[in-house]
Amino acid sequence: MDFHYTSFLLSVVVASTPLLLAAAGELVAERAGVLNLGVEGMMLVSAVIAFAVAVTTGSSTLGILAGVSAGVLTSLIFAVLTLSFLSNQVATGLALTIFGTGLSALIGKAYVGMVVKRLPQIHVPGLSDIPFFGPVFFGQDVLVYLSFALVCAIYWFLFKTHAGLVLRAVGDSHDAAHAIGFPVIKIRYLAVMFGGGMAGLAGAYMAIAYNTSWSEGMTAGRGWIALALVVFATWRPFWLVVGAYLFGSIMYLSLYIQGFGVHIPSQFISALPYASTVVVLVAISRDRKRIRLNAPASLGKTFHAAG
Amino acid sequence: MTDTPLLKLTGIVKQFPGCLANDHVDLTVMPGEIHALLGENGAGKSTLVKIIYGVLRPDEGEILWQGEAVSIANPNHARKLGIGMVFQHFSLFEALTVAENIALGLSDPKDREGLRERIVEISTNYGLPLDPDRAVHDLSVGERQRIEIVRCLLQSPKLLIMDEPTSVLTPQEVEKLFETLRRLASEGCSILYISHKLEEIRALCEKATIMRLGRVVAHCDPRESSAKQLAELMIGMELKPPSAMRAGAVDGPPRLEVSRLTLVSDDQFGTSLREISFSVRGGEILGIGGIAGNGQTELMDALSGEVYSGKPQTILIDGVPAGHMGPSQRRTIGASFVPEERNGHGAVSAMTLSENAFLSGHIRHSLARLGLIDHGKTTEFAQEVIRVFDVRTVGPKAEARALSGGNLQKFVIGREVLQKPKVLVVSQPTWGVDAGAAAAIHQAIIELANEGAAVVLISQDLDEIFTLCDNIAVIAGGRLSAPKAVSATSVSEIGILMGGISDPVGDSHAA
Repeated sequence: MDFHYTSFLLSVVVASTPLLLAAAGELVAERAGVLNLGVEGMMLVSAVIAFAVAVTTGSSTLGILAGVSAGVLTSLIFAVLTLSFLSNQVATGLALTIFGTGLSALIGKAYVGMVVKRLPQIHVPGLSDIPFFGPVFFGQDVLVYLSFALVCAIYWFLFKTHAGLVLRAVGDSHDAAHAIGFPVIKIRYLAVMFGGGMAGLAGAYMAIAYNTSWSEGMTAGRGWIALALVVFATWRPFWLVVGAYLFGSIMYLSLYIQGFGVHIPSQFISALPYASTVVVLVAISRDRKRIRLNAPASLGKTFHAAG
Repeated sequence: MTDTPLLKLTGIVKQFPGCLANDHVDLTVMPGEIHALLGENGAGKSTLVKIIYGVLRPDEGEILWQGEAVSIANPNHARKLGIGMVFQHFSLFEALTVAENIALGLSDPKDREGLRERIVEISTNYGLPLDPDRAVHDLSVGERQRIEIVRCLLQSPKLLIMDEPTSVLTPQEVEKLFETLRRLASEGCSILYISHKLEEIRALCEKATIMRLGRVVAHCDPRESSAKQLAELMIGMELKPPSAMRAGAVDGPPRLEVSRLTLVSDDQFGTSLREISFSVRGGEILGIGGIAGNGQTELMDALSGEVYSGKPQTILIDGVPAGHMGPSQRRTIGASFVPEERNGHGAVSAMTLSENAFLSGHIRHSLARLGLIDHGKTTEFAQEVIRVFDVRTVGPKAEARALSGGNLQKFVIGREVLQKPKVLVVSQPTWGVDAGAAAAIHQAIIELANEGAAVVLISQDLDEIFTLCDNIAVIAGGRLSAPKAVSATSVSEIGILMGGISDPVGDSHAA
């Protein structure tokens, strides 16, 4: 079996995009000070909804929209519990993942074994036909380009607009933000819902672009890796791209090596992305200064307005 | 027009669960006047100004702004009316720059145009130097306060509310701040100045409203009243000076010796301790002054053993090397500690007084038998603390959080003092404590020293240090000045030392 750079790169892009989408959404939520550990659950619910709608209507677009809506709605459960009823964010996020895993399996039961049309790849006449560069840069599906556009938009929003400054301020000190008069809870609702929508996009991508069928627990821990990526990037959007593609490569390599017939037990190779997540996080955490400088100071803390 | 009050509050009532914070409060501020709002902690001053600034809504009462009834819905609304406020605990964002912080306080997008130039312009005009591009966590407390003031001034306010602005400043910085405030007042801006520091109010303000337990108890002209009169109006009783006299240090070997204590803080916003050396003899009280955030917390942690200090020889307690010991071991050899934060550090808020008494007292009072809590002895010990220190509470079964600040502080101090320590380290013992409790705490510290203990008093309150201590040293930027006899120094000399050593976070990046 030969090593095809083009197909390898194409597969890496496909493996990395859902990580990038989900992590970018979580980054915005965390910058506002909310730690939503329910990314995996939101992705699964969105994946099954997107798949169901795409199968039923035959439209990828409707499937994607349904996935995003499902992500937003699932994140709203989290937002209501943590922001309005002041429940613990860590516990609620874990519960959301467990809930999402179960709910998606229940809904998905009826759709096991069905196949949906893959999200089409864009074909730019001329450009897409250039060897190597063409397919990699001009032959991806629309969500790949959207993922990059969204990361740029998030960077621009967070660091170049006043609204983004307010969002970061809320994440840095919710008490000070409240004292100045910013609607802390409302801003956090919006940030969590944005995170949910992005997780929804990532879930939809899993169901109709990465795969073309539904299987239980198909996100296989990608939501957790997305969470780790936000820390890896120390809450900076462009570093997410580096992280997502690094992990995407590792995830794809683990499949590739198995196909290549290397004599390592397959369980070890399948564990590679998760093991490397742990290793990278440990390495990052050694530099406590960088984490402290960028980490939103109010991250995960419940805000309760006095008076 | 000049007869119309700028701000007139009538019958303001604000009820919190279990506490009537404002009980029919009236307040009138005229244009261009510097008006003091005076009262002890818990008198309801902060609640009242939060109502004026729209952070809280009153339950009852009327607010007239320039003669017209208004209902101030939120701080944005207050700022639009022309009310600016500088908070006691700054509402700043550490991770953001000066300009970003100021932009956040400006609700009108038009105000944000050419912001950096205007920040520079205003800060030079009013003698408040600021660099718009520095990140806030790099700045000293005085500089942080300037950000808040400049932020208010950018909106040309008619009323500027200052909530305890000087508690974090050196005497020299206070003088500069007063100049700025006087100049603002002369330009027609009214200032509502909240404080419990009487000398400052007498120096600055032309009118005072005095509050006690949520009510207005008096109006007066502070320039014509003595500090003693104001204090008695504030606490509602006659003020007695501490009755115990200081015996002074006894000769003999030092009971606490710290030599070349250097600790690199691993907190981005912390202060590293550099080459700190001092010694305290039995019977001596050493005061450590300084502006908050100059290493007091880190020094307290190192002395109490919450952070190890490397070599055992760095800290000697009664001659025993203790640098490598944790807090319990240090207690075993005769030291006691009272940290700054009573809720959650000095005492566990959700535990009863008995349980809290056990936590630090079980070693020296042997309150545990075979690993089990001896409830009889523990309750007895807690009761003794409550009785001796006149802690107002229902009894040892009360939860720590149910006590007022002053009462809990008396309990925490009492718990340590009754263990008869040979070395006592206390940090900010009377911060936010009413005058009565403060006097009792001072009394206890003096008596303990008279019995031969070595006491270290870390405090930002210079009056407290000058009243209680034999020697005084100043911590600035993680360095400690050489201790001097209190009789041989002055407030202004100490003030210079407090502001003295610049570059407070200098080498925290090196690690």
